[in-house]
Amino acid sequence: MRIDKTTILNVIAAIVILVALYLALIQAPDPANVDTETQRYAQRIIYFHVPHAWVGFLAFLVTFVGSVLYLLKGQRRWDILALSSVEVGVAYMTATIVTGSIWAKPTWNTWWTWDPRLTTSTVTWLIYISYIMLRSALDDPARQARFAAVYGIVGFISVPITFFAIRWWRTIHPVLFDSSSMGLSSNMRFPFFFSLGAFTLLYFVIMIQRIRVERLADRVDALKESFFAR
Amino acid sequence: MFLRQILAIIHKDITAELRTKEMFSSMFVFALLAVIIFNFAFELRVVDALTIAPGVLWVSVVFAGMLGLNRSFVLEKDRGCLDGLLLAPMDRSAIYFGKMAGNFIFITVVEAMILPIFAALLNVNLIQPWILGVLLLGTLGFSGVGTLFSAMAVHTRAREVLLPVLLFPVVVPILIAAVKLTAGFLDGQALADMSNWMQLLVSFDIILIAVSYMTFDYVVEE
Repeated sequence: MRIDKTTILNVIAAIVILVALYLALIQAPDPANVDTETQRYAQRIIYFHVPHAWVGFLAFLVTFVGSVLYLLKGQRRWDILALSSVEVGVAYMTATIVTGSIWAKPTWNTWWTWDPRLTTSTVTWLIYISYIMLRSALDDPARQARFAAVYGIVGFISVPITFFAIRWWRTIHPVLFDSSSMGLSSNMRFPFFFSLGAFTLLYFVIMIQRIRVERLADRVDALKESFFAR
Repeated sequence: MFLRQILAIIHKDITAELRTKEMFSSMFVFALLAVIIFNFAFELRVVDALTIAPGVLWVSVVFAGMLGLNRSFVLEKDRGCLDGLLLAPMDRSAIYFGKMAGNFIFITVVEAMILPIFAALLNVNLIQPWILGVLLLGTLGFSGVGTLFSAMAVHTRAREVLLPVLLFPVVVPILIAAVKLTAGFLDGQALADMSNWMQLLVSFDIILIAVSYMTFDYVVEE
């Protein structure tokens, strides 16, 4: 049996994610500065919440780059990159918002608050849901790709605001990194950065598969056309 | 030359609108209905109209503006005018700036009509120079990106349904800044205390209009 390269990558990703889960849930120390038991467990969400948020923004950056390149070059592959990354990014962003909400309940005593960063993350999420809706509302493939690229570019303007919102406006959302220090104790850093790497790797693995699906769909379309043209 | 092309498109839009007054009347009546509905919806719980006035004003403006933006390219496409404009020997960006200026003027005129009525109904002094300035800046950014999306939405199957879905999440920062500023000026704060919001509003206007200008070609291209 021939094993192709992506299968190996899939297996590696699965192992890395399992190790990340072990590090985050068992190996990482309890936080020192929280009081109740629930808050102590909830704190471990940081190992998932922050990596997911980071990958979400990375995915939308990839979409932005893909959209710009599509408009400049008009090649289908850039459109495939942009559209795949939106779908994966929306999944990650959904996980970010859900995990954040679960953490907020024991910590802030509410599921949701209209803090600037929460607001802008939700808005970013909505933009890319709209992106998917725009694509599905257009029939002509060339126009679909062009309009989606335009929307991917305009929509991306909101992402840096999401990121900088925490610094621009007063907020209750914790700042993990600032210019001088880091909000994590030294023995939390390894599990944290390991998770960050693991979920980033998972993003690339899913992207490879998603791009493959889109290419296969294109081939099926081309085959169908040549069959009916005959 | 470029300016004359833009003015020609604005002239065409205003002439067409003045013949039917379709957009003006529907936007005006809609905004009026919105404030009346808000009145019923809030009356039982809200003590002070001042606290809800900025929100009511901006939601009404944005929803009424949406009606206008929706019509903006529907007429162009259904009557074949867009093809004519694209065939004309001129820069495509003139079409964008012409349509955008037209939308901006329409929404501003409607605002001028509803503002005194809002001020009277809510019993809040909305007619202050700075509030008018915020209104113009917010409307500029809204119509800037709204024109681009309107040109996209007109080609989709859902049409009128899709424009708000595309537009609202993108204009949220403008809306937040505009509501914050309006509320601040109503409370008698000085501009210096809210300069970060003003900067946000102005920079968003500039960025969104610049990006819309650069990408408009790809939207109208056949």
